Amino acid sequence: MPKQIHLAAHFPGVNNTTVWSDPASGSHIEFDSFHEFAQIAERGRFDFLFLAEGLRLREQNDRIYDLDVVGRPDTFTVLAALAAVTERIGLTGTINSTFNEPYEVARQFASLDHLSDGRAAWNVVTSWDAFTGENFRRGGFLAQDDRYDRARSFLQTAQELFDSWRGDEVVADKESGTFLADPHPGAFAHRDRFFDIAGQFDVPRSPQGRPVVFQAGDSDEGRDFAAASADVIFSRHGTLEAGQAFYADVKGRLPRFGRTRDELLIMPATTFALGDTEAEAAELAQQVRLAQVSPATAIKFLEQLWNRDLSDHDPDGPLPSVDPVVGENTIARGRASVRMHRDPVATANEWRAKAEAEHLTTRELIVEVTGRQNFVGTPATVAAAVDEFVQRDAADGFVLVPHITPGGLAPFVEKVVPLLQERGVFRTDYEGTTLRDHLGLPLRDRDHGTRTLAG
Amino acid sequence: MPQPPIHLVAALDGAGWHPAAWREPAARPTELLTAGYWTDLAQEAERGLLDAVTIEDAFALQSDDPFVADDRTDQVRGRLDAVLVASRVAPTTRHLGFLPTAVVTHTEPFHLSKAIATLDYVSSGRAGVRVQVAARPDVAAHLGRRELPPVDRDAVATASVVVELFDEAADWVEVVRRLWDSWEDDAEIRDAASGRFVDVDKLHYVDFAGRHFSVRGPSITPRPPQGQPLVAALGHAEVPWRLIGRSADLGFVTPVDAGDAARLVAAVRTEQAAAGRGEETVHVFGDLLVVLDDDASAAADRLARLDDVGGTPLRSDARVFTGTPAQLADLLLEWQRAGLTGFRLRPAVLPDDLEQITRGLVPELQRRGAFRSAYEAATLRGLLGLPRPADRYATTPANA
Repeated sequence: MPKQIHLAAHFPGVNNTTVWSDPASGSHIEFDSFHEFAQIAERGRFDFLFLAEGLRLREQNDRIYDLDVVGRPDTFTVLAALAAVTERIGLTGTINSTFNEPYEVARQFASLDHLSDGRAAWNVVTSWDAFTGENFRRGGFLAQDDRYDRARSFLQTAQELFDSWRGDEVVADKESGTFLADPHPGAFAHRDRFFDIAGQFDVPRSPQGRPVVFQAGDSDEGRDFAAASADVIFSRHGTLEAGQAFYADVKGRLPRFGRTRDELLIMPATTFALGDTEAEAAELAQQVRLAQVSPATAIKFLEQLWNRDLSDHDPDGPLPSVDPVVGENTIARGRASVRMHRDPVATANEWRAKAEAEHLTTRELIVEVTGRQNFVGTPATVAAAVDEFVQRDAADGFVLVPHITPGGLAPFVEKVVPLLQERGVFRTDYEGTTLRDHLGLPLRDRDHGTRTLAG
Repeated sequence: MPQPPIHLVAALDGAGWHPAAWREPAARPTELLTAGYWTDLAQEAERGLLDAVTIEDAFALQSDDPFVADDRTDQVRGRLDAVLVASRVAPTTRHLGFLPTAVVTHTEPFHLSKAIATLDYVSSGRAGVRVQVAARPDVAAHLGRRELPPVDRDAVATASVVVELFDEAADWVEVVRRLWDSWEDDAEIRDAASGRFVDVDKLHYVDFAGRHFSVRGPSITPRPPQGQPLVAALGHAEVPWRLIGRSADLGFVTPVDAGDAARLVAAVRTEQAAAGRGEETVHVFGDLLVVLDDDASAAADRLARLDDVGGTPLRSDARVFTGTPAQLADLLLEWQRAGLTGFRLRPAVLPDDLEQITRGLVPELQRRGAFRSAYEAATLRGLLGLPRPADRYATTPANA
C-alpha cells in the first residue's frame, strides 16, 4: 500500500501571501470566515486546520506595517468556537511559550481537547524579542541561547500537567457518592531554572491524553527539539531534493531520542495555483505573485534585508548599490523572517548577481527570491506532484496556504483531493474521531510512563 | 410608576451550587467536561430569554474550603477553562450573553483582551467577562510567577495583599478596555489604490504603565462588535465594591434582605461616584442561590434531602432562597424596589433549578410585566440597555 498523504489547511495569514486586495477576499476576523474555511477543509477530509499567531503588530520604519493583512482574533477562542461547527477536523493553533505559563496553556489545551472531543493540537513557538514583550507583564527579552531550552522546559512541564491525571480518577458514582477515586488528583511538581511550580492540575485527562504537538524550527537545535518532542514538524523546503534531505535528516535523528520513523510527521507548508492547462496555471501563479509583491511591498522586503530606509528606491530599477547595514535589524520589528538573513551582505551580493544574470528589476527579483514552495499546474499534475513528494520521502503531507480568505482552499478540495483519493493515497472519509487518529499517532504507553489513556 | 423589567443572569458551575447536586437523578456528573452538557444549559437559559450566563472558573480544583485545597472525594472536582466553554457554546445560541470568569491575578491582560474580543466576534456581540481575584498562595504556586502570603481568614476584606490585588485588578481592566479601543472601528480600510490595509492613524498604542505591569499595544484584534464587551465582578465588601465602582459595567452583590440590598447598592454607587463614573450606567445585580419547586414544602424537602446527601447544611456567601418561582418573583420585585436592576441566580441543581427559573420564574415575571417576552436587542450591551460606547481614542466619530 502506498504511503497515505496528510493534508492540512492554513488559515490565510498576516503576511503578503494573503492577497487581501482580491475582490473575493473576505474578512479575516469575522467568525463566518473561519467557519467557511473550516467547512471547506472538513469537506476535503483534511487532517487539521491551522491558525498562526502574532502577539504584536509588525512595524517597519517605526510605523505599524500596513501593506499586509493586519490583525487577527485570539487563537484558542476561535478554535473552541470552530469545534462547535465542525465534527472531525483537527484544530491546531500556534501558542507562544514565552508569554504564557505552562499551567494556563495546559488547561487551555486540555479544555480545547475536551470541548472538541479530542481534536486539539499545539504548535509550540518561542518568541525572541523585547518588542513583543512590551505587550506582556512577563515582558522582556529571552536570550537567543535560552529560547529552545525554555521551550523544551515549557513543553516538558505542560506534558507533566497533561499526564498528572491518569484518566480513571472521575467515577461520579451517584449511588455510592464517590465522585473521585483519588483524593488528590492532578498532583504535580516541576522545578528547573525556568519554572518552579507545584500543586494540583485542575483539568482531568482529555480525550487525546495530550494534544498533538507541532514544531516549526529549522535550525539544528530546532530539528533536535522536534525530533525529541514533536508529533509533527512544519517545514518549508521547496524542491524535492531539499525536502528529501530535510526528511532524511529529521527522521534520522529520531532513534537518538528513542523514537521510530513513523512517530514524527513532516509537513511542509505550500501554496498552489490550479488551471485547466499548465499555461493557465502558470499565468495565474504569476498574477498572484505580482499581487503578493506590489511595488511598495518589494521595497519593504528590500529594506528588511538592507536594514535601512529605502523608501526612495525605484522598485522597477536595479537593486541598491549601497550595502546592507549589518547588525541588529532596526528597520523591521516583530517579523521572524528577518532573522533568516544571517549574512545580509552576502545575500545582497547573491541577489545582485541573480538580478544581473536574469535581467530582473528590484520587484521582479523580490518576486523570485521570496517565492514559497509552490504547486502550479492542472489538478492532475498537482495531484501527481503532491503524491510524488510523499512517496519519495520528501514529506508526509502538506499544509496548504491559500492566498484568498476564506474560499481559496476550495479549488484544491474540489479538484485535487478527488484525484488523490482515486490514487488511493488519501482518505475518502474520516476513519477515527481524534486528530491522533487522523495522523496515525496514537499516544504510546512509554510517552507517559505508567499512565493509561482515557476515553 | 411601574418598575422597568428586571434582568436575569444564570450562574453556571459544575453540576450546580449545592455540593450534592451531582447526585440528583437529572444530574449528568460524567458529562461535566463535555461540550454537549454546556450547550444544553446555555440553550435552556436562552429558551428562558435570560440576559446572560456566567461560568465559574479558577486556577485550582474546587474546594469546600475557600482558603485551601481539600481532599474530598464526594464532590465535583475538575473543570474546563471558562472562556473556552463560552466560545464553544456561543455559536449554538443566538441571543444569550456570556460572562466567563477570568482570573485576573495570574493572567495577561493582553491575552484576555483579545480572547474576550474574539468571544464577542464569535457571538456577534454577546460577550463579557467576569473578573476575579485569586489571593490563595497555593494557586499562585501553580503559576510560579509570584508568591502570595497566606490570607488571614478573619480579615480577608481588609488584608493589604487583598487590597493590592484588587488595585491590580482595576489596572488589568483598564488595560483590557484600552486594548479593546486600540483599533478604531473604521481602522481597516483595504484601500487597494494606496495598497494600505489599515489606516495606521486609527491604531493606537495604549501605553499603560502601572505598578504591576506595563502594556504597549495596540491589540492584535480589531475593536469587537460591542466596542466594549461587558465587565462584571462579584463583591462582598468595600474593596471589591470599589473595583465594581471603578471598573465594571455590572456588579454582583449578596444581600440578605431588601434593606441590605439598598445598603449594598448605595455602597456601590458611592464607589462609582468616587471613581468619577456617576453618570455611567453600572448595573447592580443581587446574587441568590435558589432551590425552587412547585410548592414551598417540596422545595424545602429538596434542600433537606440535598443537605442530607451532602452531609452538612448548605453554606453560601449568597442568600439561599427556598420556595416556589412565584415566591421568588415576589422577593425579586421587592429587592428591585430597593435599587437592584437584576439578579444573578445560582441554581442549586443543574438542570433542575435552571429549568425552574426558565420555565417557572420567567413566565411568572412575564405575567407581572416584569420580564421580557422576547429578546429585544442583538447584543448583550443592548439587552442591558447600555449604548455602544465611543472609542476613547477616536478624534472623529466613526461612520456607523
